[in-house]
Amino acid sequence: MANYSTNEFKGGLKVMLDGDPCSIVENEYVKPGKGQAFNRVKLRNLMTGRVWERTFKSGESLEGADVLDQDMEYLYTDGEMWHFMKTDGSFEQYAVDKKALGDAEKWLKEQVVYNVILWNDNAISVTPPNFIELEVVETDPGLKGDTAQGGSKPATLSSGAVVRVPLFINQGEVLRIDTRSGEYVSRA
Amino acid sequence: MTSDWRPVASIETLRARAKLVAQVRHFFAERDVLEVETPVLGHGGSTDVHLASLSCHAMTPAGRERLWLQTSPEFAMKRLLAAGSGPIFQIARSFRDGEVGRRHNVEFSMLEWYRPGWSLDELIDETQGLIRALLPINPGPTRQRRYRDLFIEQLRLDPFTTSLAMLRNAAEERSGMEMKAAERDECLDLLMSLVIEPTLGCGGIDIVVDYPASQAALAKRHQDPRDGSWVASRFEIYLKGIELANGYDELTDASEQHRRFDEDNAARCTAGLPQVDVDHRLLDALQAGMPEGSGVALGLDRLIQLALGKDSLEQVLAFPTPRC
Repeated sequence: MANYSTNEFKGGLKVMLDGDPCSIVENEYVKPGKGQAFNRVKLRNLMTGRVWERTFKSGESLEGADVLDQDMEYLYTDGEMWHFMKTDGSFEQYAVDKKALGDAEKWLKEQVVYNVILWNDNAISVTPPNFIELEVVETDPGLKGDTAQGGSKPATLSSGAVVRVPLFINQGEVLRIDTRSGEYVSRA
Repeated sequence: MTSDWRPVASIETLRARAKLVAQVRHFFAERDVLEVETPVLGHGGSTDVHLASLSCHAMTPAGRERLWLQTSPEFAMKRLLAAGSGPIFQIARSFRDGEVGRRHNVEFSMLEWYRPGWSLDELIDETQGLIRALLPINPGPTRQRRYRDLFIEQLRLDPFTTSLAMLRNAAEERSGMEMKAAERDECLDLLMSLVIEPTLGCGGIDIVVDYPASQAALAKRHQDPRDGSWVASRFEIYLKGIELANGYDELTDASEQHRRFDEDNAARCTAGLPQVDVDHRLLDALQAGMPEGSGVALGLDRLIQLALGKDSLEQVLAFPTPRC
């Protein structure tokens, strides 16, 4: 991979830092009136999702990271790995381990398209779509007539996630959920 | 087709900018300071280790020559002073390679002026007066802060006497950078940029004075009467964490100037940086005699940015470097 100097750091550039692939979030060039210039850089560690803040001497460089964002459809799990397939027509499949899957595990549904980050052709993280439609597999029976306000109850969805839903929701219904907050949006 | 052909600053902003520039000219006209124009290209460039100069080759009456894009109009203006110009100012396009960011653009407008016979304090007063004249609202009181006091207050470190090991530790702690081989000034620059600068000019105009003697650049040095330490006769003005101006009690000693140029080029050699041609005509002008006095360089784009309440420099530039 090419090396990138601090002058070239901009949002979204993927670089290697301390052995992990990172995405540049922000880069600020600072220089006292007379004297040495530095860059204050915020980077998201793509392995952990954590944001690091680092200072570099201006002109220092980091090695680029071979990182690709790919749309992939979820296929199935064999209990140990989760299998996804590229949606670009190549039918190429990738096996994702539990660590890389992370929180996305509770939002998995077959045939839905996820964003998978590949580093050196290995999946390192999976992001679900912002909204997903899932069926309620278990919840207390719905309260008739209560369609407007007040109260919520837990409901287990087909993906395994448990979310708070309004009292009128019944088992078997399909709901629209915001995967970023884990909140109920509406009936689908 | 992309929209990159369009200016970043709105036409309305450019009108407001033109008004501010007219105000600057009016400010100096009222004070009988002569507006001058000096070349953007020079046979010599700035040797400052921390400035990267751009250069080009041009066919001149002397054949094909290397010419340097000026990082500020300082050298040519000093030659005018030595030739008896009296007080002068210039709004000069200046160039610094690699300086890119929210407060930096590779080419920018420097407002620079010189006051023969004036003390640093007189020039500080005029500079903050100009800044106040351009700002739409009163930024608060003006405070003068000693470099040394700022470090002691905010970092509990005396920048002049603390051991290099302690400075390296503090710099490492604040930046997460490896500073084991760093020199004293590098540690100080880092702490100044990361810790002190962001706090300056909040609630008023801050004037920082008495920089370490090692950071004198083209300023004289003097001994602080309070504690006897050698300091640079230099000031910087900050507003809202942004460095606006840098002023000197100008060095007029030709041999001392020559020595500093050579030291810079030696330091460049050690650091693996390119050598910069020394401006021999400036040295000759100093030798012929430049009047004692003070001068200041002010980042005009930054002042306009603050006066118009914008968050970044590019918002007051028609075409910042990425769109040039």
